[in-house]
Amino acid sequence: MQRRHLAQSTLAALALLAQLGLTGTAQAQTALDEVMARKSINIAIPTDFPPYGFVGTDLKPQGLDVDMANYIGGKLGVKVELVVVTSANRIPYLQTKKADLVISTLGKNAEREKVIDFSAAYSPFFQAVFAAKGVAIKGAADLAGKSVGVTRGAIEDMELSKLAPASADIKRFEDNNATVSAFVSGQVQAIATGASVAGNMMARNPQLGTEYKFVLKDSPNFIGLNKGEDKLRLKVNEIIAAAKASGELDKMATKWLGRPAGDLPN
Amino acid sequence: MIQLDFIAVLEQWPALLRGAGFTLGLSAAAAVVGVSVGVACGWARALGPAWLQRVVGVYVELIRNTPFIVQLFFIYFGLPSLGLKLSPELASIIAMVVNLGAYAAEIARAGIEGTPRGQFEAARSLALTEWQVITRVVLPPALARVWPAMVSQIVIVMLGSAVCGQISAQELSYAANLIQSRNFRAFEAYIIATAIYLLLAIGVRQFLNWAGPRWIFGRVAQSGR
Repeated sequence: MQRRHLAQSTLAALALLAQLGLTGTAQAQTALDEVMARKSINIAIPTDFPPYGFVGTDLKPQGLDVDMANYIGGKLGVKVELVVVTSANRIPYLQTKKADLVISTLGKNAEREKVIDFSAAYSPFFQAVFAAKGVAIKGAADLAGKSVGVTRGAIEDMELSKLAPASADIKRFEDNNATVSAFVSGQVQAIATGASVAGNMMARNPQLGTEYKFVLKDSPNFIGLNKGEDKLRLKVNEIIAAAKASGELDKMATKWLGRPAGDLPN
Repeated sequence: MIQLDFIAVLEQWPALLRGAGFTLGLSAAAAVVGVSVGVACGWARALGPAWLQRVVGVYVELIRNTPFIVQLFFIYFGLPSLGLKLSPELASIIAMVVNLGAYAAEIARAGIEGTPRGQFEAARSLALTEWQVITRVVLPPALARVWPAMVSQIVIVMLGSAVCGQISAQELSYAANLIQSRNFRAFEAYIIATAIYLLLAIGVRQFLNWAGPRWIFGRVAQSGR
């Protein structure tokens, strides 16, 4: 009796999930209209990724991605609702319509292009491997037999998994905070992460003597949208192109990264 | 457009299987050591000297009133600053043992305190040593009484091991997370992980219900129930 009950509720739960998936499809192509109708846009931003997104002393999110989110909301003339996400859950947030746009240091790759669409690039970024000065790492091959921490599902995870030799011990963590904690506490010898995270970590932990070892990937940031939302995507691209032309993108990059946005791919 | 595509996840079955095995391994180690710790602490809290009761009381309350993931992070990220570096696997097992030990202590204590006074007195009057009184006379029926609660706690700790993936222990949730971060089939990966957890939990529960009377508290206890 008890077991039948269990099986029934499991089935009900699965049916519910499937239904959620189906109602998701019915909303395709209408994101821009919906945003304009409810006069607010949900934008996923990071808070564990300075200087792109972090929590300031006033406990409010700030950073380049947050500025970009507010800029786009301003140009659309709607209210911006910030949705805090991590590297690992930002695409599920988009897929489940909890966010209309993901402005969360999102890099473009073939796997991601299968499930979401991308706008033009809006800011520069690169990923690299970092370790203490005493650790001899010149290229991916030198990672053999060493432990490397990385945030699961981030671009650097994909690149590292491709480049690192089989004997490298890749430890994957849930978010950047955990990855950095693992490196700072000495649980891993090297860390693969974005330049901004590494810069922030090195500034806070000078005693570790961390240095840049080798680049994994240059990957400018794009805004992520649900597949097929072409109206919204074109509108966002229009805003980005105008911001690029007016020098607004360079201004934002200089403010947060200390260098202009430069030449970004469309 | 979202369509459920279970094949994309199921073709990663070696990772899922390894993850499930890892979860079972972590849980088995934690259950054996944790229940032992729990029974010892339960005895100490019920019958031990006053100072020991206090020490165990602090341990039990400290663990039962803090989240498991904080205990795990303390062991993995915190202890290295004291010079103690543990692998993610060992840190996970220790956290699970410490956690299960505290809950199992209270469960075992309930069983021991529920033992009629006459049973102690009868055993002592037969000139059994204190060790014999505990292990032969008190513990078997005490454990038999609280075994269902103990089994539930072991299953809870097994399901709780899902957070060990946060420190890169490669258990089932870690495998599901890794798969969904590669192919973005989040629904499917978690639905399948849920189903596997369900099967694991039912299997572990039935196994322990079967194994308890046979291996832990023996047939004597059954007749005394």
